[in-house]
Amino acid sequence: MSRPSATALIAEDEPLLAMSLQAELAALWPELRILAQVRHGEAAVEQALCLHPDLVFLDIRMPGLGGIEAAQAIGEDWPEGRSLPLLVFVTAYDQYALEAFEHAAIDYVLKPVQQDRLAKTCARLQAALGARDGAHDPASIDATLGQLRDLLSRQGIAAAPVPPLTVIQASVGSTIHLVPIGEVLYFEAADKYIRVVTAAREYLIRVSLRQLLEQLDPAIYWQIHRGTVVRSDAVAAAMRDEDGRMQLKLRQRPELLSVSRLYAHLFKPM
Amino acid sequence: MKPPSQNDWTKLLSRAAASAVFSALFGVALSVVREQDVWYSILYSVCIGLICWLCIDVGRLLVARTLAAPAGAGRDRDWPGWGWMLVLIVAGSAFGYGSGTVLGDRLTGFRSSNLLSAGSLRESLTLLLFALVPAAIATYFFYSRGVLADRTAAAEAAQRQAAESRLKLLEAQLEPHMLFNTLANLRVLITLDPVCAQAMLDQLIAFLRATLGASRVAAHSLRAEFDRLGDYLALIQVRMADRLSVRFDLPDALADLQIPPLLLQPLVENCVKHGLEAAIAGGRIEIAAAREGDDLLLRVRDTGVGLSRVAAHREEPAAGQFGLAQVRERLDSLYGARASLCLDAAPDAEGGTLAVIRLPIVSA
Repeated sequence: MSRPSATALIAEDEPLLAMSLQAELAALWPELRILAQVRHGEAAVEQALCLHPDLVFLDIRMPGLGGIEAAQAIGEDWPEGRSLPLLVFVTAYDQYALEAFEHAAIDYVLKPVQQDRLAKTCARLQAALGARDGAHDPASIDATLGQLRDLLSRQGIAAAPVPPLTVIQASVGSTIHLVPIGEVLYFEAADKYIRVVTAAREYLIRVSLRQLLEQLDPAIYWQIHRGTVVRSDAVAAAMRDEDGRMQLKLRQRPELLSVSRLYAHLFKPM
Repeated sequence: MKPPSQNDWTKLLSRAAASAVFSALFGVALSVVREQDVWYSILYSVCIGLICWLCIDVGRLLVARTLAAPAGAGRDRDWPGWGWMLVLIVAGSAFGYGSGTVLGDRLTGFRSSNLLSAGSLRESLTLLLFALVPAAIATYFFYSRGVLADRTAAAEAAQRQAAESRLKLLEAQLEPHMLFNTLANLRVLITLDPVCAQAMLDQLIAFLRATLGASRVAAHSLRAEFDRLGDYLALIQVRMADRLSVRFDLPDALADLQIPPLLLQPLVENCVKHGLEAAIAGGRIEIAAAREGDDLLLRVRDTGVGLSRVAAHREEPAAGQFGLAQVRERLDSLYGARASLCLDAAPDAEGGTLAVIRLPIVSA
């Protein structure tokens, strides 16, 4: 290979399994350099964005951010103009996730890791890295983003349908405020809470964005970032700043909302 | 009123066909008794039979779906009750006999005597019986056939549901995710630390044996329960290393009390799966037994991420709450209202969740 040896990051919460994966990889692919091993999703995102590995091995179930959520964060915050890392998910048993990987043509390995299966995965990864060798290629970035989108859109499909939310109940001090869903302009994740923003004020509720999304009508409420869901008719305009990042201007609020590259395709002229 | 489905139409037509065949057979029988021409007898009989069918069967559906008190889904929706049916059968067969005879006359060119032109009331009633009796028999036949079909369908549905829930229970008990992760760790340990691997394998064997055998014994001692939980948590500890600490508190006086086997297992699994595996720093699981009057209190708490408000208040149980439902069901069937399970946020500053089972003490 003409390029410098490939690099990888391993995100696996169980130390023995991380060590074993590294050892198996060393045997099958001696030139691969493991830049770091991390134990949870947040660390995976941080290290990936700092070390820019060619490959990221992600356990699906990790403390904090799971593997798929970590992949989304990596995809969204990856610097423009650099090829996205190839993702390989690692799982013991997640039927729904496996179906999604198959569908999105994303690599995965099963635990306990079988050597011949890992060898095939390595061969595929080497071929993919070889194909994108040299300058970065926008088409391959788009393709990777497409895979990621496909994967994310399949999250939660398996869950039982939940009746749509009509009223948000938010506590402020000792009072419970009932906010009709139609008044909400956008939701924004903030640590363990979600900010519920209306034209006049904002509330905090303690749910995850994922749980909330399951109860919102996707035709009206659009996810535009891993942490933001906006009501589509609250948006006045979408524009790109000098760095090429997309921002949304709202009708009833002064602040701008950032659209991640995963969701930028939602905004285009008719 | 619900619009009829394709299936409803098919069933209606098949009942019409059956009525026609039944009427034809009746016509043959009648021709033998009355020594009449068999083809004419069949023709009149089918004309009368089909109109009777039309009035009674279609009338039944109309009455059931509009007039009769709205009932539940399925058969009840199409069955107005025998009171209405009696009215329909009498009116339907009278009308069917009258108009069927007229229709038969039109087709053959004869003029037969009918209900109105018959000599006496007695004669009219006799003629009417020829339509009424077969109509009643046919209605009863279709009714009992429908009931039978419903029963078969209900039995099949119940069987399917039972099989599905057995499968779900087995999967929940075996916890494939935990099993494969444990095996993955074992695979590594075999070469790295054979002694540790062997100990882990022993614990896995004890766990599997207890899980698969749990349905076969009605009760075991609290000590046995705590030992099995110990095996399970030891397996988890190999995987989570220093992210998991465990504390057991079983007073000697309570150790021999009998409880349903692996009653606490789903609660402990929930602590691991939803509380501690999700927490970056990990945490602690505490399992304790205590006596309060005539009740036994079993506490399972973790210091993990805690309950999400939405998940806790949702009516429909999420995937992880299958275990809770299972514990509640077992308690309910064994002790009724005397036992309870409460799951709530742990009350102290360390956070996490606390599950408390209260059940009456049954001495060994």
